[in-house]
Amino acid sequence: MPAEATTPVIEFRDVSYRIQQTQILSGLNLLVVQGETLVLLGRSGSGKTTSLKLVNRLVAPTSGEIRVRGVPNGEVDIIRLRRGIGYVIQDVGLFPHFTVERNVGLVPRIEGWSEDRVAARVEELLQLVGLAPEFASRYPRQLSGGQRQRVGVARALAADPEILLMDEPFGALDPLTRDELQREFLSLQQRLRKTVLFVTHDLREALRLGSRIALMEAGKLVTALSPREFLNSVDPWVSAYVRAFEDRLISPAHRGTS
Amino acid sequence: MNVFRFILQNHTQVLELTLEHLWLVGISTMLAVLVGVPLGIVISHRTSLNKPVLAGANIIQTVPSLALFGFLLPVPWLGERSDRLAIFALTIYALLPIIRSTYTGIRGVDPAIVEAARGMGLTGSQLLFQVELPLAVSVILSGVRVAVVISVGLATIAAAIGAGGLGEFIFRGLAMVDNRVILAGAIPAAILALAADLGVGWLEDRLRAR
Repeated sequence: MPAEATTPVIEFRDVSYRIQQTQILSGLNLLVVQGETLVLLGRSGSGKTTSLKLVNRLVAPTSGEIRVRGVPNGEVDIIRLRRGIGYVIQDVGLFPHFTVERNVGLVPRIEGWSEDRVAARVEELLQLVGLAPEFASRYPRQLSGGQRQRVGVARALAADPEILLMDEPFGALDPLTRDELQREFLSLQQRLRKTVLFVTHDLREALRLGSRIALMEAGKLVTALSPREFLNSVDPWVSAYVRAFEDRLISPAHRGTS
Repeated sequence: MNVFRFILQNHTQVLELTLEHLWLVGISTMLAVLVGVPLGIVISHRTSLNKPVLAGANIIQTVPSLALFGFLLPVPWLGERSDRLAIFALTIYALLPIIRSTYTGIRGVDPAIVEAARGMGLTGSQLLFQVELPLAVSVILSGVRVAVVISVGLATIAAAIGAGGLGEFIFRGLAMVDNRVILAGAIPAAILALAADLGVGWLEDRLRAR
């Protein structure tokens, strides 16, 4: 096993987060190592999105710390921290008044890249996410949901961050487009080897994309396992989650025969 | 058509008072934008300030304009020149729609866009100038539009304290019980209000974020 495979890139150390009286996260300890895709799986309200936002410090923990590349992220310049982390969300959040080109090139531009370099980078990224060059001059409203999310991914990758945070990026897409984007994500990840923290509630997505799956429930980490281990786990929470999905897969057939 | 004959006969004075009127409205609106937009930005980011600031602007709005002009007369510096006083009063009246529309416009930006921008590492001012203001500009201008139209009407009252403008004709006409003279002030004022409304509306269309 190469040494880099176990280098921790993101580290949650006994992290808790509370808003007023509501405990969102309690005592989270988790390690994300270089080049892996760690999927945070769990139902709504289990604290997975909050965990993600703690990494780029859109949210600050009530107690505990998060280390990014070994440094507590509360001690570094927050702007630098965020520019080194790609961020993709379900609602995409493209800037509607910017063309695709300006959306993707925004961070490189504010980082002071030359226009030539930005243009070359945008072209490269659009190709990477499977969009033809003529999309560069379009506005977000002229794109389909799948195309928008491709732009969202391209924008997150623009300044070549080592870390990617993805919050249900394919959650709002139709099943066919989702399948297509998941497949492209896998081949992209095979080439780029980013450290990815990926949030979803969809077990199938987690099994397909994750190198490890961390199940969360009520603000606590239940366990973190490889997809194969996950399916065979006897942990009551894990098997309950797996069963819920199996039921959903079987039920249409049921209906067909009755 | 006596009115129009009267206006034609006195066209130099009508023109002069119209320009004076335009000046009062233009300067006061500009000042109100310079104060109101930053205030609106501040309260949209520090929501604890939004209630007191909007309440203050609201209270100003409820003071009858004639009373306000009168109240301000004894104030040193302000009361020295009537046009200065009129501009001050018109400015504070124009604040409410401008502050409110700036607040509404910025709060109305899709939270997903703001979250994405912050997550990408935009600084506070990059977020403001590249994202929030461009997306809020048409809402802000709709507030400016309201403020301008109100100002054109209010500025007629400034004539009561001798600040000039088209109100001169209106007050003179009232004193003389002569509708022609009243209308010689009221008609150009109405045209001015419509023109200003159209002008800011045009700007709004031009600047609307795609």
